Amino acid sequence: MDSFDIVVIGGGPAGMAAAVAARQMGIEKILLIERDRELGGILQQCIHNGFGLHHFKEDLTGPEFSERYIKMMGELGILSRLDTMVLSITRNREVVLINSAEGVNTVKAGAVILAMGCRERTRGAINIPGSRPAGIFTAGAAQRLINIEGYMVGERIMMLGTGDIGLIMARRLTLEGSKVIAVLARKPYPGGLMRNVVQCLYDYGIPLLLQHTVVEILGKDRVRGVRVARTDENSLPIPGTEELYECDTLILSVGLIPENELSLSAGVEMDRRTGGPIVNESRETSVPGIFACGNVVHVHDLVDFVVEESEIAGKGAARFVQLPVEKKVTSVALLPGTGLKYVVPQRVNPAKVAERLDLFLRVNRVYGPSCIEVKEGGEVLKKVKRPRMNPGEMERVRIDRNAMETIKGSDLTVEVVEVEG
Amino acid sequence: MKEIQREIVCIVCPTGCRIQVSGDDPQALTITGNECKRGEEYALKEITDPRRTLITTVRLHHAGLRRLPVRTSIEIPKRSIFPCMEVINRTEVEAPVEIGQVIISDILGTGADLIATRSVARV
Repeated sequence: MDSFDIVVIGGGPAGMAAAVAARQMGIEKILLIERDRELGGILQQCIHNGFGLHHFKEDLTGPEFSERYIKMMGELGILSRLDTMVLSITRNREVVLINSAEGVNTVKAGAVILAMGCRERTRGAINIPGSRPAGIFTAGAAQRLINIEGYMVGERIMMLGTGDIGLIMARRLTLEGSKVIAVLARKPYPGGLMRNVVQCLYDYGIPLLLQHTVVEILGKDRVRGVRVARTDENSLPIPGTEELYECDTLILSVGLIPENELSLSAGVEMDRRTGGPIVNESRETSVPGIFACGNVVHVHDLVDFVVEESEIAGKGAARFVQLPVEKKVTSVALLPGTGLKYVVPQRVNPAKVAERLDLFLRVNRVYGPSCIEVKEGGEVLKKVKRPRMNPGEMERVRIDRNAMETIKGSDLTVEVVEVEG
Repeated sequence: MKEIQREIVCIVCPTGCRIQVSGDDPQALTITGNECKRGEEYALKEITDPRRTLITTVRLHHAGLRRLPVRTSIEIPKRSIFPCMEVINRTEVEAPVEIGQVIISDILGTGADLIATRSVARV
């Protein structure tokens, strides 16, 4: 059985950034496994710009961002195996992989880094009634068809959901000559970044209908229309408000789900709020030596933050391989309190935080002027003010080492407290 | 002179500042709400001369991919976007292509080059 110091699963930005960080820590034998025919992951089809503003201080397109990492992988001589699927991972870090050249193979890993990313929610995940004609796509599938395969998906498009990919695809389809009739958001606010609402919808005069959803898909062989209803304060359709829109295509941008089948096969403990593994400050999961980073842990808005998190995981995995096994360390839980959808990491060992701990979190609704407070019991460890927050935009809270040292050993709670103007 | 009073959502970075632009004199507008200097520049430009980077694909031959992703090297006037698309839609490229390679220079006299945003090997 071949053995490697670190095996990275997934060759998108998360996997590449983790592999690069581990190599820079001096790890020699790294293997990165990618199921597609090339490295780069989803960024290769995200041809738009807006990537790298934090990390490279430049405004790059997806392919430009990934080409930088592909180049680094090459320069550092990191081994990757393309067109290769991982079938399972065991708790003692044996990775079973398959490809058409070598068949099934098992490799032994000193540490494993899970970087499989996420997948899109489909029609089945949101239960839209109606017939099952051609012409229903997820935004990412449409993006791949148009930007890589070179096929158009339709002429008159209805878009359900306001995730960033959906907004970007509304613009992309318009540029390529389709008519985007409207973009529908079930909630009273868009799911994606405001800048994408502006430059993808407003720029092209595409109507954004907030608090609307599709309640029925019509058509036999091909979509011929959708019935759209208004939604109430619970985001449920209001009977009697249905309107028919004629269209030949329905595109769904209704959320992303971390892709964790392999994490489950390894017996990693999951967080039902994020849909990803529970991780600590170095992005180690509940199974020693198995680390995770990027969208497999929680869905990020920006690749820059994915890379940042993946560097943490890459370094963590490197230390795991390099240092002798430590005696059991005590960690505390980080719990999402009032106003929070989730917080990552979910566990932290205060003694192991080198300089600072960055918490990534999402709120569960739109907030005006508020504070995010990190508390141990009644004591506030850290408090930051925000003028405005919404669930579509990830927040980051930085806790310095000094504050970490005051932790007595109880679980920490993170919550939102609204303040006056 | 007509008074200008507009709220602009900045698209320079993902923060998305809401910037208020107001005043009578287009040469001396009051700009508030931006968190950085680039926001001020963006807001002014959005009022006087709105521009965008155009990003799309062109047909590609002799490669594993059927489309090559491209962008304009600098921002072009918003009104030039669709005229540029017509030119781009008639363009075909042969692999190999290097990232940054100029596909169309000075597209429609905008001063922007259309450049490749990835490298593609010939197959």
